[in-house]
Amino acid sequence: MLSILRTIWTVFRHGFARRFTVQYPEQKRTYSPRWRGRIILSRDPDGQERCVACHLCSAVCPVDCIAIQAAEGPDGRRYPEFFRINFSRCIFCGFCEEACPTCAIQLTPDAEMAEPIRQSLVYEKEDLLISGPGKVPGYNFYRRAGLEIAGQAKGEGENQKPPVDPKTLLP
Amino acid sequence: MKIYIENRRFDLTDPSVNLLEACLSLGFDVPYFCWHPVLRSVGACRQCAVKVFKDEADTRGRIVMSCMTAPAEGMRVSVNDDEAREFRAKVIEWLMLNHPHDCPICDEGGECHLQDVTVMAGHVRRQSRFPKRTHRNQDLGPLVNHEMNRCIQCYRCVRFYADYAGGRDVGVQGCHDGVYFGRPSPGPLESEFSGNLVEVCPTGVFTDKSLKRHYTRKWDLQTAPSVCVHCGLGCNTFPGQRYGTLRRVRTRYHREVNGYFLCDRGRYGYEFVNSPRRILQALLRQGDNALAQVSAEEAIRLAKSLLSSGKCIGLGSPRATLESNFALRTLVSPSRFFHPLAVSQHLLSGSSLSLLRRFPLASLRDVSQSTAVFLLGEDVSNTAPLLALALRQAAVRAPRLAKAALLKIPAWHEAALRTAVQEEKGPFFLAATGPTRLDDLAAAPYRAAPGDLAALGFAVAHALDPAAPAVPNLPPAAAELAERIAASLKSAAAPLIVSGPSCGSEALLHAAANVAAALGKTNPQARLCLTAPECNSVGLALLPGGNLADVLRALRDGSADTLIVLESDLYRHADAALVDEIFTAAKHVIVIDSLANATTARAELVLPAATFAESSGTLVNNEGRAQRSYAVCPPKAPVQESWRWLTALTPNVSWPRWEDILAAMAVSSGDFRDVTTLGPAADFRLVGQKIPRQPHRYSGRTAMTAHIDVREPAPAADLDTPLAFSMEGSPLNPPGPLIPRYWSPRWNSDQGVHKFQIEVAGPLQGGDPGKRIIEPSSEPAGYFAPTPPASEGDGEILFTPAWHVFGSEELSVHSPGIAELAPRPYVALGPVDAGRLGVRDGAPVTVTLAGRTLALPARILEAIPPGAAALPAALADLPFFSLPARGSVSLAAPAAPEGRP
Amino acid sequence: MNAILGPLITIVCVLGAVLTLAALLIWVERRLLGLWQDRYGPNRVGPFGLLQSVADMVKIFFKEDWLPPLADRAVFIIAPGIVMAVTLLSFAVVPWGPGLAVADLNVGLLFVLAMSSLSVYSVALGGWASNNKYSLLGSLRAVGQMISYEVFMGLSLLGVVLQAGSFNLSDIVEAQRGLWFCLPQCVGLGVFFVAALAETKRIPFDLPEGENELVAGFHTEYSGFKFAMFFVAEYIGVTLVSALTVVMFLGGWLGPWLHPVAWFAIKTLAVIAFIVLIRASLPRPRYDQLLALGWKLLLPLALANLLVTGAIVLAQGE
Repeated sequence: MLSILRTIWTVFRHGFARRFTVQYPEQKRTYSPRWRGRIILSRDPDGQERCVACHLCSAVCPVDCIAIQAAEGPDGRRYPEFFRINFSRCIFCGFCEEACPTCAIQLTPDAEMAEPIRQSLVYEKEDLLISGPGKVPGYNFYRRAGLEIAGQAKGEGENQKPPVDPKTLLP
Repeated sequence: MKIYIENRRFDLTDPSVNLLEACLSLGFDVPYFCWHPVLRSVGACRQCAVKVFKDEADTRGRIVMSCMTAPAEGMRVSVNDDEAREFRAKVIEWLMLNHPHDCPICDEGGECHLQDVTVMAGHVRRQSRFPKRTHRNQDLGPLVNHEMNRCIQCYRCVRFYADYAGGRDVGVQGCHDGVYFGRPSPGPLESEFSGNLVEVCPTGVFTDKSLKRHYTRKWDLQTAPSVCVHCGLGCNTFPGQRYGTLRRVRTRYHREVNGYFLCDRGRYGYEFVNSPRRILQALLRQGDNALAQVSAEEAIRLAKSLLSSGKCIGLGSPRATLESNFALRTLVSPSRFFHPLAVSQHLLSGSSLSLLRRFPLASLRDVSQSTAVFLLGEDVSNTAPLLALALRQAAVRAPRLAKAALLKIPAWHEAALRTAVQEEKGPFFLAATGPTRLDDLAAAPYRAAPGDLAALGFAVAHALDPAAPAVPNLPPAAAELAERIAASLKSAAAPLIVSGPSCGSEALLHAAANVAAALGKTNPQARLCLTAPECNSVGLALLPGGNLADVLRALRDGSADTLIVLESDLYRHADAALVDEIFTAAKHVIVIDSLANATTARAELVLPAATFAESSGTLVNNEGRAQRSYAVCPPKAPVQESWRWLTALTPNVSWPRWEDILAAMAVSSGDFRDVTTLGPAADFRLVGQKIPRQPHRYSGRTAMTAHIDVREPAPAADLDTPLAFSMEGSPLNPPGPLIPRYWSPRWNSDQGVHKFQIEVAGPLQGGDPGKRIIEPSSEPAGYFAPTPPASEGDGEILFTPAWHVFGSEELSVHSPGIAELAPRPYVALGPVDAGRLGVRDGAPVTVTLAGRTLALPARILEAIPPGAAALPAALADLPFFSLPARGSVSLAAPAAPEGRP
Repeated sequence: MNAILGPLITIVCVLGAVLTLAALLIWVERRLLGLWQDRYGPNRVGPFGLLQSVADMVKIFFKEDWLPPLADRAVFIIAPGIVMAVTLLSFAVVPWGPGLAVADLNVGLLFVLAMSSLSVYSVALGGWASNNKYSLLGSLRAVGQMISYEVFMGLSLLGVVLQAGSFNLSDIVEAQRGLWFCLPQCVGLGVFFVAALAETKRIPFDLPEGENELVAGFHTEYSGFKFAMFFVAEYIGVTLVSALTVVMFLGGWLGPWLHPVAWFAIKTLAVIAFIVLIRASLPRPRYDQLLALGWKLLLPLALANLLVTGAIVLAQGE
């Protein structure tokens, strides 16, 4: 009984306390860089698309809102022919970012993406691709993958030996 | 035999397996690389280590490679022993030492045996800081992609390609950690089984190049159990679909038919489904001009009005399903149902069926287990490739059995057996009209014209059983060979005679029948194997009807005026002049087909037919085995299954579901009484649920069509089958005929097939798909009389058909990879005739045949007998000829333009 | 003429005042809750968010008025009407000032209690007619809770009646001219106030709605205008019990300096604010705790209060 009264009294006293509400459109909070907001596709330090269309983000997506088609360019690099995110389904869980082996897909501290028309929430690759490396500045997948691409022959990547000559029998 | 695994007692029913196979069959997950259910054990990868204890008192045990260990009575095995696990983790760590960090762009990712085993063995982090080895890749042609960096040296590729499939251009190079698997120099792989490298390789060294053009992960593919439509063997396949196009075809295991493998035509021919030549709308001819699109309802109304005269003829199809042919036969009445075959082909098809009804036919498994082979006339590598693969196993079977018994080597010990047998071959007799890719198996291939091959066959039959008719005037060499063949076949435990209609000679089929009959009198294990030209040739033959000449007669005498052509290009089956006459004589022509071709170009009304990927249906293979092929995706309206179009045109018939037409077929003929029980019925449910065609990881469901409409469409309903066009359904393993893909926990790759088998390489759980619907009669088979070789036309040279695995099949040539490998038109001459005519290899010659003159480049092939020439059969760029036929070859005038007819 | 026009004007005034107040209360409650929870509450629509209720009403009127396909249509439609009608009818006897009541009944209190009993039917029928398990559970709870608490509510007020010697509400107010009944009848006030909260299904006694158990309880299936009737009726109910508290215990319109109606309004609003404060403070008890509190604590208390008051009144009278 007393505790009930004490509770009521405590709550009553809060009527004279400072309010914590942020008046949103006029006042804005700064989000931490780890905020899980609008999804972007980043680029290599060389300015090339980072996404190699491995389909891991689409596979891990719990609401299946990512659709990708892989393609390979004449330079030997894989890239997504299309990369579509249906943000009207996205729950911003960040699993795609965790799954991404090339640090291409990243969630950004931008939450202001409401649209009056649902169709406008379907983002294509052109809408997602940014011009920088995002949160991961240095990483370049193709430097490590051991693949032959334009401008990087076999064995020229990081931590790789020059290609084996299978015709030699020397130890 | 009882053994204990993890202290649980098991009774091994088959003690001839090795410990790895026993563990896998009993459900224990033992990681492995170099072992393969067909290629068996060589003990190269050291991954399948388990601990074996002598007896109960033994507490230390010892680590053994389970694939190289035979189970022994009372043996105690531990798979999960700490020391064995640590050993396996270390092995995978050093196998992965140089494996590149490229899984994201590797086509094997998601169905990679190396990924599965790495996870299974518990290797997580590369501890080595030394640089990784790299390799240069080779361009292996349009079918297989090469990325040697990923290799883990399991040797499976060469063991399959060179040792199992007889390929000569892939081998091992280099030494120590630089061992390299590839061709001596870059270039297209020569073997017609090269695509199996994709599945045999446990990682991504060899990947599917056609898939690479429209890459999709395994978990994103909508798949269904299907049957290959590119030859008559009826190999089981898994086609995979994504975003409305077919992406690839993988092997579906069938113990009796294709086992673990597919040929390249079957694997890569699928792209015709995505071809720009696909007919996707009903088309109506406007006056004399081009075809214009009409709605499906309008098309049905027009077709009904065209058919209202009641004088309508139906032309069935050897590549359409049994259901479609049956629906057509019901529409036009059986007396007006015809086969789209020229007189000679029609005769061969009828003869083949009559032999099917008389002799026990060999399945491909029977073929591979036979111990003596007489291959009579058929170039199986090109007409039925997987039969060639089975024959290759049969050729080495006799010496392997002998050596295994002599040296007490277990059958699974591939390394020891191969060393013991070396190049030794069993009795393998090959008689052919030209060179074949099985020539290396036969001691002395016999080359002759089809008539002479038949004579040899009759002689063999006579030598086996004097009651069989003798052949007069046989050359002494042939007579001596016949004696030798007869003696060899007679002494063999499981003799096999292989023939087929591809030579165009009915006498050859009769000769093969005589040999089979003569052998069958003394040896019940004797088997006959016949090829069939197309995927449902036998099924069409089961629905009797006349040939194209009969069609022309019926059109001319006024008893018919309208023609319905079901899924066949008549210009591929008969002389163009005859087909032209038919089309001129017919008042109306309705064609139902999936690809635009010369026949659809003559049609008044074209109805769009679904391909195998969009329709469920029954196909009957060369041995009379009826198998169900399930639709991978629903057809996009107005495209629909041919039988649905035909049913819509048939008055008083309503077959809304697949089961309805199957039920009607089952009561129509004794041959079809089993068609309703070839697989589980449409209301079959696995614990109350349908079987999902999409894997449980299927992605992009809410984004795939979002660019068109953000609201997701409902998945298409499938009222015909127990499978669903969605990812919802039972996660359990479905019964054999309904397995849509191989996947089970920890086994993402196709290696997980053993989880669907009763035991490793055994029958599928829940029953093997399909059923033989033609059983031989029990009465003893009589003999055919030798007929003198029939030769059409006159001329000095007998032209025989040369079949090509890439190019001789109608649909597969619409796949870019196969089209690239298909030969250009040519004529092949023997060295004798070439010398006589003064023709050099590659020189342009003029061929006069059946009233036509063709300018073709010549090829000189040692194996063509004198007086004969080979002309590629059924090539898209060559007109139809009824071969064998006589004609002449002459050196072309120097200025003659090359090539095209 | 005047005999008809006078009461009519009073009725219109009372109706207008009550409905406006109820509508305003939606905003007031949310603002007060915001105040006590260190936030703002609705402050966007109009000055200080004053037009929030208007916005809400506009929204709710334009919502689809949906009838569940399996509902009992007639009952489903009538139910919200009942609660609206009976709560509004109760106001007929509430004296806003001296002689300022629609009907100065001499059994005014009994009338109020009778009306509040009738509102049970609305909830019971609404929940039943929705043909929804959550609605049915909600209405069952409501019936059990309301019928139980009606008993103590009536009993707790009898002390006041004994002291005032009348059921007429104006007489009861007049009887408090010396001393408000909140002091001698403090036990009665306590019991009445708890019972009143339960009668109006307010937090902490909102078990019939119980959002986290029963979706929205008895009005789960209601939408649009019919939902609005339930919603507004709740606020009218809050106003009613506050007004009743003021009349019975807090001296009604009595007070110095200001106009009696102003006093009445101030007191009523204060009680309403206190009800909101309780909503901001207290959690919902379990259903068995609710009934145990009623039957095991409030009933004996109310009876004892009645007994003692009776004894005292008897003693004073002699």
